[in-house]
Amino acid sequence: MSVSYVTIPVPEGETSPIKPPRRRRNATPRVRATYALTVLAFLLPSAIPIVLFVLGPMVAAAWVSLHQWNLLSPMTFVGFDNYAKLLADPRTADVFLHTGYYILGYLPLVYIGGLALAMALNTALKGRSLLRGVYFLPVVTSWIVVALVWRWLLNPSNGIVNTVLGFFGIDGPGWWTDPAWAMPSIILASSWKDLGFVMVILLAGLQAINTDYYDAAKVDGAGWWRRLFSVTLPLLSPSTFFVIVISLINGFQVFDQVYAMTGGGPNGASQVVVQQIYDLTFRYQRAGEASALSWMLFMVILAITLIQVRGQKKWVTYG
Amino acid sequence: MDNRRLSRRGLIAAIVLHVVIILGAIIMFFPFFWTIITSISPGAGLGVTPKLVPENPSLGAYERLFSEQPFGRIILNSLGLALVTTVVQLFTSATAAYAFSRLPFRGQSAIFAIYLTTMMVPLQVLIVPLFVELKTFGLLNTYLGALLPTFASIFGIFLLRQAINQVPRELDEAATLDGAGHFQTFGRIILPNIRPALATLTVFAFMSSWNSFLWPLVVLRKPELQTLPIALAGLQGQYTTEWDIIMAGSVVSVLPMLALYIFAQKYVIQGVASSGIK
Repeated sequence: MSVSYVTIPVPEGETSPIKPPRRRRNATPRVRATYALTVLAFLLPSAIPIVLFVLGPMVAAAWVSLHQWNLLSPMTFVGFDNYAKLLADPRTADVFLHTGYYILGYLPLVYIGGLALAMALNTALKGRSLLRGVYFLPVVTSWIVVALVWRWLLNPSNGIVNTVLGFFGIDGPGWWTDPAWAMPSIILASSWKDLGFVMVILLAGLQAINTDYYDAAKVDGAGWWRRLFSVTLPLLSPSTFFVIVISLINGFQVFDQVYAMTGGGPNGASQVVVQQIYDLTFRYQRAGEASALSWMLFMVILAITLIQVRGQKKWVTYG
Repeated sequence: MDNRRLSRRGLIAAIVLHVVIILGAIIMFFPFFWTIITSISPGAGLGVTPKLVPENPSLGAYERLFSEQPFGRIILNSLGLALVTTVVQLFTSATAAYAFSRLPFRGQSAIFAIYLTTMMVPLQVLIVPLFVELKTFGLLNTYLGALLPTFASIFGIFLLRQAINQVPRELDEAATLDGAGHFQTFGRIILPNIRPALATLTVFAFMSSWNSFLWPLVVLRKPELQTLPIALAGLQGQYTTEWDIIMAGSVVSVLPMLALYIFAQKYVIQGVASSGIK
């Protein structure tokens, strides 16, 4: 798991809860200068890498995206040609569609699975922490290992899954060798890996729910399903929001598991946006187009995140 | 009567729940189990599907892994990079978190907002310019090149800032009255009080470096500089059907992470749970 994705700020009320003490206006210039230096001393260790290795490259990527460039010879300015070329190329729509397919398959699977697990593990259960540990274990495993292991489990000829299916007289599919099954194979592996992560987020949300609500609902005669839809899910909406935002941001950036499981194949059937960026850059040396596609991806992520943040008022209840 | 029937129903529900959860855990764990079994089943994949209890278990795949590949060196590479990343991230995150929590200055919330926005930027957006930047500095195929972009962690800053916000202000005010400056307050009051958060970040920083794939793949092209995930992806190309070797490599790469995880499981799960929502 790459950690950069673990956290997204909850946009409301997230400014520092502690009121900072007001600076005194009448401080001497010397005191002020010392204070400014102190602030710099604490801030620069993080600011330097962020400016040099995130913000700077981001601007540079925008610049590169306006050029034709093979990473070696000088750049040729082409304006928005790269964007126009990408938009006209049917493969661009394909890679975004495949990425969308991945997200649509993966998200409901990990959310419903994670919710069921969180609810089960939130009850009095023997060996609860051991079980949580087992479910969380894949989260700390690298994508590459997960992809390799699942490639082996789902090996069409002698993988264990098809061997077991064969035992029941079922002719298992070709999984990652079959264009129709390549993406489901990736979705399966990814869901297995991330289930524990979603479970823990939702578990933290469940534990924050005041049990009085359930008692009140029971007194009113609400059954299990009614309590789920009228108490649990609404009160879990901040955690749900968090899981969806994070999963979408990650989903659009899906790469490691695709690279290791199918490489985008067979026949481009599981080619996703990032694999395409990687191929454009390092296989075809078309850095301008790769940067343009990168920025298109960033814009899509930004837009979807903003829509969600705007839309959260309609269904996310804090309380 | 009614009560007894309810409790019997409760009992059955509890049993069903236990069975389902434990069965689920076994299914979740099975891929790990199968990886180990495959790695000790000679010839696995060459037309052979291993048995649940291997007939002639052997560590041959591990021997080949270390004799045919520079696997010792690769493990050291991953370990070194992960350790440096972890130490530097702890430092840069803690100092930044202190600034955002305890040192009010003009433009503070704007700068914090910029920091947080960078979290949404996919590494892939940056890959071309980062590659060019490191090439310009002559840092391709160097450990420093692999390390530099990992030196700041927005997740770390966010996590530690939340932890510092929980430390009572009276503590640092008392220190200030005793004549301590910000550096002393930071070192003697704040850091000791946020140990659990520092432990969480340690595990996460180590884990993300240990598992990172795309950036090392791009910057470390020489075989002797490779890290574990890249070497593993490479094994796949070399030993297409010899799954015992590929799975042995997987086991080797998971073990150190597993040890760290068992050691710090409590913190990792708490860290995830408290990272975004409160």
